Amino acid sequence: MTLYDIIFYLFALITIVSAIIVVTSKNIIHAAFSLLLTFCGVAGIYILLGADFLAVVQIMVYVGGILVLLIFGVMLTSKVTSLEIKTGAWNVLPASAAIGMVLGIVLIIMTGTQWFTYTSSIPATTIYGIGDLLVSDYVLIFELLGMLLLIALVGAASIARRDKE
Amino acid sequence: MLTVGLTHFLVISAILFSLGIYGIITRKNAVMVLMGVELILNSANINFVAFARFGAFGLSGQLVALFVIVLAAAEAAIALAIVLNIYKTFSNVNVDEISNLKE
Repeated sequence: MTLYDIIFYLFALITIVSAIIVVTSKNIIHAAFSLLLTFCGVAGIYILLGADFLAVVQIMVYVGGILVLLIFGVMLTSKVTSLEIKTGAWNVLPASAAIGMVLGIVLIIMTGTQWFTYTSSIPATTIYGIGDLLVSDYVLIFELLGMLLLIALVGAASIARRDKE
Repeated sequence: MLTVGLTHFLVISAILFSLGIYGIITRKNAVMVLMGVELILNSANINFVAFARFGAFGLSGQLVALFVIVLAAAEAAIALAIVLNIYKTFSNVNVDEISNLKE
């Protein structure tokens, strides 16, 4: 058990426990704030994997953008008469059974396979490498994604503001 | 077994994926279903980054994870716009009660 392992188990615990709260909590606001912890835990796991830039992007986009958007969605789509905003649950038993089976199979596959691992040294920063790849090998995907994001956001604004005639 | 390797990250991602599916199936509120989708996208991203770290692919895995994050942002915006419209039409966002295509 090195320090790396201990930090990994800490982040893994944060991620899994808060994800369990997200999907089991009846109170939507509690679920949203647990989702914050899940995203931060995943960002920590990215750092442990040597992906520093991705961890920063995860915090900025997920915590700063998507989570705020989701909380706005919760606030705008419930009749706020009290502090408690609840969600119902259905199909709990069949879902648990199905998830148990899927998780079991995937875990058996993942732990049973002899992965060929190639341990390279973690670079001090990945920003230069990612920037180089973005304007060389992946430039087409980069440009297309930029356009897609623009179209999607304009479309979302226009759908959300459409008035009923 | 306690020393962290590729398998540990894959196991975390598998657990997150299962929890995301569970959320999508069991939650009634549409926004909660979206949270389940976000969990699944995150689990896929952990897989990409883990294989980028432990495989000989350079930074390509991290770039794909970056693209997934961008797509997740676009998806969340569109989905919330649709949810807002559903709320305007049906006055609730419970996925089990919305069974009509037109009011």
